[in-house]
Formats: sequence, C-alpha cells, structure tokens
Amino acid sequence: MISLIVNQKPYQVEVDPNMPLLWVIRDVIGLTGTKYGCGVAQCGACTVHLNGEAVRSCVTRVSRASGQKIVTIEGLSENNNHPLQLTWQEIDVPQCGYCHSGQIMSAAVLLRENPNPTDKNIDEAMSGNICRCGTYLRIRKAIHMAAERQKTHTIL
Amino acid sequence: MKEQSEIKLHLLFPLKTMIVMAVVLLAISMTFAFRSRNNIMGNTKNDNAINTDSAESVKAFMQVYKVLMSPACMNCHPAGDAPLQGLDGHPHTMNVKRGKDGTGLYAAKCSNCHQPQNTPGSHTPPGSPDWQLPPENMKMIFQGRTPHQLALQLMNYNQNGHKNKEQLIAHARTTLVKKGWDLGEGRIQPPMSYSSFVIVWDEWIKKGGYAPGQ
Repeated sequence: MISLIVNQKPYQVEVDPNMPLLWVIRDVIGLTGTKYGCGVAQCGACTVHLNGEAVRSCVTRVSRASGQKIVTIEGLSENNNHPLQLTWQEIDVPQCGYCHSGQIMSAAVLLRENPNPTDKNIDEAMSGNICRCGTYLRIRKAIHMAAERQKTHTIL
Repeated sequence: MKEQSEIKLHLLFPLKTMIVMAVVLLAISMTFAFRSRNNIMGNTKNDNAINTDSAESVKAFMQVYKVLMSPACMNCHPAGDAPLQGLDGHPHTMNVKRGKDGTGLYAAKCSNCHQPQNTPGSHTPPGSPDWQLPPENMKMIFQGRTPHQLALQLMNYNQNGHKNKEQLIAHARTTLVKKGWDLGEGRIQPPMSYSSFVIVWDEWIKKGGYAPGQ
C-alpha cells in the first residue's frame, strides 16, 4: 500500500512500487488530464508537480512519490483560474491540446521561480516540452501575459 | 657598527660554510614550494604517510585521465553551462542548463527526468539519487583539459569541490562516480573497469598526486 497526496487529497493505492506515477494518476486514481506521450521523459506531456518540481510522471516510479505531494493539471487551481490557464484560454494557445497539460505544469514552475521571465528564461524552462502542432510562439506569448496577470492574482 | 657585525659573522661562519648553508636552505624552500604546488589542499596532514613517487604517480594519472575524458564522466563536466550527451558529447537536448547549484533550471531540473535509478529501456535517462552537474561557482571542467591541466585542477582544493587527498580518494567510492559504469542500456562504459579505475586513482593520489608535464 502506497500513500500519496494528490491535489491536496490523500490516497492509498495498492500497486507495484515500480509502477510509473502516470499510470497511478490516470488509471488508478482516475485523473486523466495528465497525458502519456513518449514514455521515456523526452516530450513532457506527462509533467506533474512532485513537491513543487515539474517531474516526468512516465518515468517516475510511484515509490518515489510515496508520502509526497503531487499536483496535476486538475489541481493547479481551484476553478481553472491559474493565470496560465486563463491566458491559455484567452489567446487559444492549444491546437490539438494533447501536450498542454504538461506545458502549463512546466510553465507554472517557471513563473513561481521567475515571475518576470525573459524569452531566454522561457526557452530554458520549456524546451523539454514538445508540441507537435508547433504552438511554441503562442506558448511563449501566453507565459509573458500570465506573468503580468499573476502580479494581481494569487497563485495556489 | 655594520662592518663590525659583518666581521663577527665571518668569524663565526667562514664564507664557504655560508655558501653551503645558503644552497641547502634554497633547496629546502624549493622542495616545500614544489610540494605545495602539487598539493594545494585544505588538509595535507596525510602527506607524511604517502610515498611520493612522481613517475608512478604520473603514470597512474594517465590511466585516470582516459576514464575522466570518456563520455561517461566528461558529459557532466562540460566546458559550457549545458550538460553533454552521447559518445560525441553533443549538448544535452531540451536546452538543459547547469543552473546555480548544478541541478538545472525551472522546469528543466536534472531530477525531473533523471530518477534515483536508471530508467528501463535503451538510451532512457540514467539515474542516481544525486544526479547533477558541478555548481556554477566551481564548474570542475573536464572537457578540453590536458592531462597536466586536469591533474592540477583535481589537486587544487579551490577547484576540486574543496577536497583534500583523503576526500578525493573517498570521492571515487561515491554513488555518482560508480554510476559512470552503470548508465543503463545502450551506453558504452569507460575504457577500464571500475575496480581498475579505483586502483589507479588511489595510486595517483597516494604517490603524490603529481601532474604530467605540459
């Protein structure tokens, strides 16, 4: 039995400790906002926060997350009103949308650690999140806008 | 008065004796200068217990050098601020950067992908609990260093992570160093076994930690 705290809610899961955290989040707990992309930490679609860090849940064993705090896209804000989520909607960042849970979770770490990121800072934070639709320019624009928005918005 | 004191000194020590004493004193001071140049350490208490054989020490270091310059070691000791990847030492994909403490930046921190253990599968992220680059304020660069430069750097307390000889010897036994021989499927190991590496590493240090010539 492994204990997890996902989106501030405690869970007890009966799984193999080597199971990827992604499978536990999606298939055991049932939070399907986090996506499977490559399975080898190369694309970023599966990014979640583990104690505040943007880990790749496809290669993170659930044993590493035991007793730790996990936040998925569903728990990033109370009402989908994180500055990034609001801005993502405002300028229609996604095309197919598949990678954007991971994009937003990575961007959230960037904005927490650097509230006024430059283009260079955004590239440093986001280059590991791949978008097959090529929405990179809108992602960058949205992060800049969210940085402005969060100055008057409290982030969880 | 000055002339008198010089005359007295001559009486006590004949000129020939004074020249011999000066040569001896010079030789002693040069010996200490040479040792300190080769052991710029915070703690050199163990110096008395070691056999300083420069030829054997240098010979051992040339074996050490081959390992340290192999991708398994050098890829995390780059000249720039991006880790390297692959046998050709290309910059790490994903625009990964060193960061202030060597653990990466923002959403691209080392441990976000590199787990406490290797990830199953060919060429997947290798792992270790302390996976990281050297920090920004002490980069411990291997890439591009000659044997002479690298040996001096490794022996320099202010450039080697503040390690004395005992700590350098212990460093070769750390999980992260051992990891160079266990990087997961699809990766080539350094040019000698881990156990052979530890032998030449220890020998280089215990015999004086000398640097090969330039």
